Amino acid sequence: MSASVLSPGDVAPEAVKAAAPTPDIMPPVKVRKGLWGFMYRNPSIAIGGTIVLLMILMAVFAPLLWTVDPTALAPARRTREPSAMYWFGTDMLGRDVYSRVVYGARVSLIVGFAVAFFASVAGLAIGLISGFVRWADGIIMRVMDGLMSIPSILLAIALMALTRGSVGNVILAITVAEIPRVSRLVRGVVLSLREQPYVDAAVSCGTRTPVIIWRHILPNTIAPMTVQATYVCASAMIVESILSFIGAGTPPIIPSWGNIMAEGRALWQVKPYIVFFPAVFLSITVLAVNLLGDGLRDALDPRMAKRL
Amino acid sequence: MFAYVVRRVLATIPVMAIVALFVFSLLYIAPGDPAAVIAGDQATPEDVERIRQSLGLDRPYLVRFGSWVFDIMRGDLGVSIFTNLPVVTMIKQRIEPTLSLMIVTLCLAVSIAVPMGVVAAWKVGTWIDRAVMGFAVLGFSVPVFVVGYLLAYIFALELDWLPVQGYTSFSQGFVPWIENLILPAVALGSVYIALIARITRATMLEVLQQDYIRTARAKGAGQTSILFLHALKNAAVPIVTVIGIGIALLIGGAVVTESVFAIPGLGRLTVDAILRRDYPVIQGVVLLFSFVYVLVNLAIDLLYTLFDPRIRY
Repeated sequence: MSASVLSPGDVAPEAVKAAAPTPDIMPPVKVRKGLWGFMYRNPSIAIGGTIVLLMILMAVFAPLLWTVDPTALAPARRTREPSAMYWFGTDMLGRDVYSRVVYGARVSLIVGFAVAFFASVAGLAIGLISGFVRWADGIIMRVMDGLMSIPSILLAIALMALTRGSVGNVILAITVAEIPRVSRLVRGVVLSLREQPYVDAAVSCGTRTPVIIWRHILPNTIAPMTVQATYVCASAMIVESILSFIGAGTPPIIPSWGNIMAEGRALWQVKPYIVFFPAVFLSITVLAVNLLGDGLRDALDPRMAKRL
Repeated sequence: MFAYVVRRVLATIPVMAIVALFVFSLLYIAPGDPAAVIAGDQATPEDVERIRQSLGLDRPYLVRFGSWVFDIMRGDLGVSIFTNLPVVTMIKQRIEPTLSLMIVTLCLAVSIAVPMGVVAAWKVGTWIDRAVMGFAVLGFSVPVFVVGYLLAYIFALELDWLPVQGYTSFSQGFVPWIENLILPAVALGSVYIALIARITRATMLEVLQQDYIRTARAKGAGQTSILFLHALKNAAVPIVTVIGIGIALLIGGAVVTESVFAIPGLGRLTVDAILRRDYPVIQGVVLLFSFVYVLVNLAIDLLYTLFDPRIRY
């Protein structure tokens, strides 16, 4: 396993990157080509990507995976232990926990991907404006500072308190809470790119600002944005489960991992499996997305790669 | 130095103003009419209108914001819709468990995470390093309530070493207090430990490359003294910064941890308030947590000179 898997993460803007020691003589490198070579060189992308892909397949093909209706009540068969009939047991209303967990993947993945997408788009727009429109920069960044000083889970909770619980509102609330981080990142990238000689050159050639943004700035934001988007996705899945867990998220009628745990909460001391299975799926999915993010960061930013 | 302190303190004012404006707008656009709630079911539209005027709810947005800010300055956060108690009183009743949980978590996390990061940087590339970094990835990925349930299941239900749930006030003795807080603190601290350990390792790796570390080695300083005196001191600023930023994680996580371990703190207050749509309480708690977060980070900024005398403003 390469050391890149376990490198320090892009967790805070202040994160200090470690300098990699460079030996005088590089060992001979065996280059493997193609997809398998890429996977070999980036094991965390391979592992994380495979798990994420499996989860997506599970969510899409949920009805085919030997599931029953996840909302079907069967009071006579409630709180059954896991067995050949009920793989993950049944909850206190007799619903099949396995089916609920498989269907629950849909909510987590939709929320994770949607928040990652919308927060990236909005953050990109705000970051570009902030980086290019001098007079707006101060105002925008003060507003972002203000939003960032409200802990993001609290911000999402506060927004959810205003609206009905629905998947769309959960996505909206988490997106608002994630936008400041993304726009700060984009602004930082834009400000450093503006100082690049090729941008100066383009300006001196009389290139119009929109063209500079499209041709020189945007392509350079893609790599850091992709990495950030995966972290946003992971964090959104956790926040969604927290919101659902405390009863301020996805409505109870829709099975989501947070909801299943919230419902299993009352019984967890006697029937821990109701909480256990969604918890394991959630943790594995978030772990996979984080691994993917770490792997992408190392692969997309060669200057930071600690590979020898 | 003095000019810097003044500038830095002044810089927090717009941030706090934006937080206040946001939190105020929350109540402003919240569904439901407080006047109608207070007037009750039997009230005529005239009654509701009279109450609305007496509460000042008919005044323009900015005027209401102004008087709301003025109330906060006097320590008045409004009255809970549900219990009719002043929000400040409700917060005071609930603050001790949350404060205890946060302080214990903070101490626990820092005293575990910093040595972890230091050792990982020292043994970089070995299995120790990989174990620490693997733990960090896990810490980021496993949600706080999952860790909470897992710990409670193992250490409280199966092994019966610690209480499963609940909170005992500090005034009833240190041991019952800490017994109730260990599991919640470890659960809440897991993300925080991961965050601090990662930053400590990254910063230490950089510092250990410096010439003065080689000099310290050359003069015969011991490994422990090099790591913890020479290197850690120079790595302090980013580590302390991230400890401050990470407080946001603690605040968000406390809401969940308190639910899992049935701790009657501010987090529980928030959750209850959300389920009842008790907006003044939500507003008060969000405002309090945000201001604490801003002030902690302000204090850390101002304390940099203590950690690193090279920093001069």
